[in-house]
Amino acid sequence: MTRITVTVDGVSYSDDVEPRTLLVHYLRETLGKTGTVVGCDTSNCGACTVHLDGRSVKSCNVLAVQADGREVRTVEGLATNGELHPMQQAFHDNHALQCGYCTPGMIMQSLDILRDNPDPSEAEIRQGLEGNLCRCTGYHNIVKAVQQAAKAGAGS
Amino acid sequence: MTVTESAPAREVGSARKRKEDQRLITGRTRWTDNIVLPGMLHIVMVRSPFAHATLTRVDTAAAKASSGVMAVLTGEDVKDIQGSLPNAWPITPDQKAPAHPAIAVDHVAFAGEIVAAVIARSAAEARDAAELVDVDYDELPPVLDLKEAVKDATLAHPSLGTNKSAFWQFDSAAAGTGGAVDEAIEAARADGIVLEREYRQQRLIPAFMEPRSVAVDPTGEQLTIWSATQVPHFVRIFTAAVLGIPESKVRVIAPDVGGGFGGKLQFTPEEVITVLAARHTGKPCKWTETRSESLVSAHHGRDQWQRLTLAATKEGRVTALKVDLLADMGAYLGLVTSGVPILGAFMYNAIYKFPAYQFNCTNLFTNKTWTDAYRGAGRPEATFAIERLMDELAAEVGVDPLAIRELNWIRHEEFPFTSVCGLEYDSGNYEAATSRAKELFGYDALRAEQAQRRASGDRVQLGIGVSTFTEMCGLAPSRVLGSLSYAAGGWEHASVRMLPTGKVEVVTGTSPHGQGHETAWSQIVADRLGVPFEDVEVLHGDTQVAVKGLDTYGSRSLVVGAEAVIKAADKVIEKAKPVAAHLLEASVDDIEFADGQFTVKGTDKGKAMAEVVWEAFTAHNLPDGMEPSLDADATYDPVNFSFPHGTHLCAMEVDTETGATRMRSYVSVDDVGTVVNPLIVEGQMHGGIVQGVAQALWEEAVYDDAGTLVSGSFVDYTLPTAADTINLVTDRTVSPSTTNTLGTKGVGEAGAIASTPAVVNAIVDALRPMGIDDIQMPCTPERVWKAIRSAGGTQGAATAGSSAPHFDAGESEKGEVL
Repeated sequence: MTRITVTVDGVSYSDDVEPRTLLVHYLRETLGKTGTVVGCDTSNCGACTVHLDGRSVKSCNVLAVQADGREVRTVEGLATNGELHPMQQAFHDNHALQCGYCTPGMIMQSLDILRDNPDPSEAEIRQGLEGNLCRCTGYHNIVKAVQQAAKAGAGS
Repeated sequence: MTVTESAPAREVGSARKRKEDQRLITGRTRWTDNIVLPGMLHIVMVRSPFAHATLTRVDTAAAKASSGVMAVLTGEDVKDIQGSLPNAWPITPDQKAPAHPAIAVDHVAFAGEIVAAVIARSAAEARDAAELVDVDYDELPPVLDLKEAVKDATLAHPSLGTNKSAFWQFDSAAAGTGGAVDEAIEAARADGIVLEREYRQQRLIPAFMEPRSVAVDPTGEQLTIWSATQVPHFVRIFTAAVLGIPESKVRVIAPDVGGGFGGKLQFTPEEVITVLAARHTGKPCKWTETRSESLVSAHHGRDQWQRLTLAATKEGRVTALKVDLLADMGAYLGLVTSGVPILGAFMYNAIYKFPAYQFNCTNLFTNKTWTDAYRGAGRPEATFAIERLMDELAAEVGVDPLAIRELNWIRHEEFPFTSVCGLEYDSGNYEAATSRAKELFGYDALRAEQAQRRASGDRVQLGIGVSTFTEMCGLAPSRVLGSLSYAAGGWEHASVRMLPTGKVEVVTGTSPHGQGHETAWSQIVADRLGVPFEDVEVLHGDTQVAVKGLDTYGSRSLVVGAEAVIKAADKVIEKAKPVAAHLLEASVDDIEFADGQFTVKGTDKGKAMAEVVWEAFTAHNLPDGMEPSLDADATYDPVNFSFPHGTHLCAMEVDTETGATRMRSYVSVDDVGTVVNPLIVEGQMHGGIVQGVAQALWEEAVYDDAGTLVSGSFVDYTLPTAADTINLVTDRTVSPSTTNTLGTKGVGEAGAIASTPAVVNAIVDALRPMGIDDIQMPCTPERVWKAIRSAGGTQGAATAGSSAPHFDAGESEKGEVL
């Protein structure tokens, strides 16, 4: 077991973890952060996307021990004082989710796109979301949501 | 309800943002895999790597000795208690099917079949121990290809003695709904057009985003099962039927469910095993699949060969259609595996007035994952075949593909129309949808550009694909299901409960997993009872709450399930009227209800619904003999199927040097009758269209010669991404259904049914001047490039052999089914 200290959604945690533990399993099983989900086993689907020190990572592709001393933000840490983050609001406004399983990852990745490029074109949004799979929406409304969030200044 | 000028805005028809979203966008979700119970154990399955083998030894000693392992179950351990997984649709009395054990006992019939289940303290320990289960297999030759399977030379289940599960036929002459196909085909051979084609419906994987998961708690008086399922009520019934547990001792909960697309319309081996494990250990047990496990073991869809013979006059008026299918069941019959092709049987005639029709289907076993429902289930296959054929007929006659359709389709004034299959299409307007689609698409301008590119020999050719589809959904009138030998009915149930504080609970037997029933049912009930949208709570997916139901599939929830909700709400109003009359000192016959108010005809006296509800709750002052409750239940059995339709137009650019294709534009104009929530309807269309496009361009479950699924991960099973897809133009026409209260039609499957042929027709249209008349799906750049190469790669080249009709002359005249 290895001791790690990680800040997740503003709370500091110290835990002993098996070195093989994936970050996503640490989040879900040790911390109960079940808002972040697992959708595949080949790092293709992006459902588990979180931010590690402000950048998006697929948390199935990061070991928990690699997060030691770092800061993780999940979809559960986006809303403040009961107010939705503009990206969450945009997903709601644009019907950018149906079953909602890909949504946490989509939202976290969309924020990363706007971090790099606050005013992306449609093609840049589509390229930026390529690593996140959705089976329900056909992506049409997800792209619209990211465009709305960009207009609302979610990336700034 | 009476609509007056002062009436408040109606909820039905408004683009309400979804109630469901709040939890889902904040991560406050309850997927089955999120559920953790005290002492919970975890299950990992050991699966056969071989497609066909005899099991000679399953040694679990090392696994049982591994850290944290409570038990390892093998087929031998559970053979007397696991029963056989059910097939609910024996399509013929003599249908053949092998026993379907949850854990294989002595024979495995596909790679991925479970041979043991490891139960341990943690999922990681279970996984470690699963590696230690030592299984000896004697490999048997697998049969994988449908055209091999039909020969019966190699058997998927040697004990059955054949690969043929069933042969099923519909013949319009025999049914008295149309003429004789063979006569019409012979007449066309003599003086007309006969087209003979063979199309491949490749095997697909539903690939819902949430992997399946089952959790079972055996510690209460009732066994509680959480499952990532579309069909909690089915799971309850079959848990009882298969395992011999009294149904009243089983509670099934479908919590948040992350998509299904038919893929979670199943009673699974893993559900059985998790129940057995929980009862064996006396502890809560959970199984959650990996994606690779899901792709190999959750049921697949499609997988057919379609031989088609279409007869027409020289002008292109269709006189007969004959369909011969080989349908791949895979290794076993799941819940509705055998019936999937039959769901397409009545749709090959589509929107057209065909005088004669025959459908023949041979269901075959192979040593592959079993197939079952996948979005559209039978109807996408039918729609693909006929819409491809109509394009072929247009090319043969030398007219625009839309013109050949118009020549044959049912005209607006001909509704209601009884099809050659005997189905009554209630309403539709193919002219209006097509006209609108052409306008949005810029049809004429694109045709002009196509002509220009052809004339100039442009390296990038443009193709325009048409799909004018209809489908039958809203499953289903129980009597019709009975006539097709389906084991259950097709009704739906609802309850409306009037809470004393003025809130309304709506309990629905449907089981949404992304469709937005909570929002849409709230809109409907808000209008019906005159209560605020926000005051309606929709409950579902727990058999202890929604005690009756037949769940969500087949685009049935709105047209069947919401109709039950409406009928329950109307009963509430009728129950409330005597109370209102009593309070208003009026005759019941004089009470009217609108916009949440009970009024006395011809007076300004009235009582609000909330007041009447409160009186019913206190029961202080009710009419003599009245039950103190306004709550009502309704069970609704639909009188007909639902027939949405639409015109989809697709423009594809094809690079004739590389075979690469690019979707330029996609327009759909769908008619799904009255729309409850346009936001949700458009979302269903977007997702459905992209799934259908994915069949045309990208997806295929590929097996190697040994029967191993080589597209067994998301690396190889290529779901479309945001970068692969484009913005879609979706619009609607409205021909209200005449068979339900609101005039709604099903929408869940329409996009997936319509879009596939539009895309393939577009690619073929781009390349038709080269003599190419088909490209097998998925139309990958490699396949497109090879077709161009084999056709000579230049315009005007002779038709290549591989592109010519796949029939020997006269073969179909033998009247045999392969």
